[in-house]
Amino acid sequence: MHLTARAWFGIAVFASLVIVALGAGWLAPHDPLEQDLLAASMPPAWAAEGDLAHLFGTDTLGRDILSRLIFGARPALIVALAGASLAGLVGTLLGLVAGFRGGVVDALVSRSVDVWMSFPAVLLAIVLVAVIGTGLTAVVLAIAIIDWTRFCRVVRVETQAQARLDYVVSARMIGLTPTRTLLHEVLPNVAPLLLTLFTLEMGIAVVVEAILSFVGLSLSSDVPTWGGLIQEGRLYVHQTPWLLGLPMAAIVVTVLGFNALGDGLRESLDPVLRR
Amino acid sequence: MSPLVLLRRLLLVVPTLFGVALVVFVLMRVVPGDPVSMMIGPGATAQDIAALRSLYGLDHGIATQFGYYLRDLAGGDFGVSISRKQPVAELIAARLPLTLELSALATLMALALGVAAALAATHWRQRAIERCVDAATGVVTAIPDFLWGLLGILVFGVLLPVLPVFGLMDSELRFESKSGFVLVESLLRGRFEVVSSVLWHLLLSATALALPLAAMIARVLKASLAEVLTQDYVLVARVKGFGPWRVLLHEALRNALSPALTLAGVQFTFLIGGTVLIEKLFGLPGLGSMAIDAVTGRDLPLIQGIVLTFALIFIAVNLAVDALNSALNPRLRGH
Repeated sequence: MHLTARAWFGIAVFASLVIVALGAGWLAPHDPLEQDLLAASMPPAWAAEGDLAHLFGTDTLGRDILSRLIFGARPALIVALAGASLAGLVGTLLGLVAGFRGGVVDALVSRSVDVWMSFPAVLLAIVLVAVIGTGLTAVVLAIAIIDWTRFCRVVRVETQAQARLDYVVSARMIGLTPTRTLLHEVLPNVAPLLLTLFTLEMGIAVVVEAILSFVGLSLSSDVPTWGGLIQEGRLYVHQTPWLLGLPMAAIVVTVLGFNALGDGLRESLDPVLRR
Repeated sequence: MSPLVLLRRLLLVVPTLFGVALVVFVLMRVVPGDPVSMMIGPGATAQDIAALRSLYGLDHGIATQFGYYLRDLAGGDFGVSISRKQPVAELIAARLPLTLELSALATLMALALGVAAALAATHWRQRAIERCVDAATGVVTAIPDFLWGLLGILVFGVLLPVLPVFGLMDSELRFESKSGFVLVESLLRGRFEVVSSVLWHLLLSATALALPLAAMIARVLKASLAEVLTQDYVLVARVKGFGPWRVLLHEALRNALSPALTLAGVQFTFLIGGTVLIEKLFGLPGLGSMAIDAVTGRDLPLIQGIVLTFALIFIAVNLAVDALNSALNPRLRGH
């Protein structure tokens, strides 16, 4: 398979995130929670008063920012994978069934999607986490509860289109059960689309975590997250602007990488787009 | 859209509204903690609590409670805010105008930016400008308004402090708005120093909201311009000797704009949703910042009212876009 440059960029970002998340303990130069008030608010090493011991500087409590960024890759990766998987699972199942069965089931699912889309996603996320409680599980659940509609809408339309094609009719004629037809015949044909949606959703999930941290509803401050770093950075933006800029850069690169991964893989897999 | 189809769309709003009310009701009931004990101070007797429970109808069954709740909503009664001790409807009416003004401003900016980018990329096809626009739209759409807002604060508020990043206007200005629409009202009353200060203060927040939408408009408009430019009447205009800009602006743009406007309409709801965080980020006293305060303060009636208000706006905007679209584009009628 020939991979495009975008796909390679996406793969590189995703692979780096996995490596950093898994190897955080070895990669981080300092303990991310260790405070050193004598070395507080130090600028990055390339600035005039910087010190190579703290490559990206320190926060107002003297904690090493590079180490906190590295450990922040863990919740980011977990939220991205778990949030996108759960949202994808729920949305795909409902979309497949609604698109394939039609009738009352379809009407019910479509109305639910309408209702869901009537809420501003950010507000719904904040209210949901206030209801479920804070923590990694709550963030993942909130992402799934809000964003299943993204998968459901696309999969429903695609399933409707596939169900009219000859191969599905043939599958039904040779006596395959509807469930088997749906899972073994229709699902593989919807899969390339799902891959793109999934990578996009991973990017969204990372941003949602940052947003919930910003509102003070994500993880406790003992767990360094990129969103938590942004929130601290915003509070002390005049003293330590790098504390806001660095985690933002981490999120932007991750989101762009996930998007490129989805688009690049689709371009590489789809013979029509490859031309 | 024929009148019949429009009627069908209108009728579908009813189950959607019912679903929205149901979801909000259920959400508010599963919030941990008893709303009554949150409302009432310490030292309340069991009798006080019982009195308050019956006042709010909480001593009835859950179905009856939902019935009362629907009856109150239909009458425009959103209840009383716990933290601010004011009717929720009044609080929302005071905050909503700024959110609408900010959203409108951002939408206008998005349209202007998006159309300009698409025109430039089309006029200078196959040149560096087109490649720049393509790359920029890709990056700008991928990054949400929240991060653009933070970036704006970091760059223009802190590193080169040239723009205000907090509040609605300069603190020495005094302006009592009767309608709540500060921008429109100050303009009408000729208070131009207020107008310019408010615009200056809203510049970064509106830009943050506008950027992702502008990129989407640019992308869609560019594609539809490319399609329109292959049509015969464009060729005729060229043969007649009209210059490239005239052909682009007079012949192509008018016909290519419809898909971009549809997209702008649909995305407008996302833009309004984005105000929740952007208002909080830039310290603007709109509905969105009040929503976050209501959630962190566990003010259930207020949260409920705000969520319902946003849902109503979303549903109304979507309906309006559908109707407008069919009015503008005769080809869609009858489908």
